[in-house]
Amino acid sequence: MNVKHFIEDKLLVFEISEEIDHHTSERIRKRADYEIQRFMPRKVIFDLEKVNFMDSAGIGLIIGRYKTANDFGGNLELANVNHKLKRIFEMSGILKIIPIIDNYSNEQTG
Amino acid sequence: MKNIKNEMKMEFSSKSANEAFARISVAAFASQLDPTIEEIADIKTSVSEAVTNAIIHAYPNKDGIVKVKALLYDEEIEIEISDTGEGIENIEEAKTPLYTTKGNLERSGMGFTIMENFMDELKVESIVGLGTKITMNKKINKNKALENTY
Repeated sequence: MNVKHFIEDKLLVFEISEEIDHHTSERIRKRADYEIQRFMPRKVIFDLEKVNFMDSAGIGLIIGRYKTANDFGGNLELANVNHKLKRIFEMSGILKIIPIIDNYSNEQTG
Repeated sequence: MKNIKNEMKMEFSSKSANEAFARISVAAFASQLDPTIEEIADIKTSVSEAVTNAIIHAYPNKDGIVKVKALLYDEEIEIEISDTGEGIENIEEAKTPLYTTKGNLERSGMGFTIMENFMDELKVESIVGLGTKITMNKKINKNKALENTY
């Protein structure tokens, strides 16, 4: 997992590159919560472009970070969600509250 | 009567690191049926859900053994995942979408829903105190070009 923080935009991006299951999600959760508490971003983006496997642990991971982001005054979005991941998110209904965005590079004004 | 083409069995400790091992092993075995990438992804996800359930729910406070068996038929795979752990008191409740007893672990309660959606058949047998057995089947159609060229 790669963490990018854009101070000007109060944006925190997590680029996930590992498979997301019950085993790996615990480590991702700890790191993400630490970074959110540290930077208190206005927006958190989970970039899932490099995720080639995700099971239902991903749903819990995203809902949990959505709550953390909210607790610290920010919101959360998902980026680069392929159709396999989208199918799993859709089943849980979380896309009603968490938006999927196509691109966030234009937000990185630096 | 379905004709069994191949069969494999494996067992491992209920450690979360084995979730990836289990799904990758079953996917590799299933590849003999020449599934699509989509079908392999469905199998991997379903195995991951069932094995994770065994690790978290069957053996919450100790290590136990998780068994995985897979049978290949002509155009179908059957996967059996079993444990000798705590068992499920109310299977219907456990299968309800978003129902979880492990919210503290950020479990979403979507495991059975995913298995039901990604596989063609799902059977759950459980006896409290004795363990749980999940049997799931998926059709793998071989109406793909250039078969049996050997």
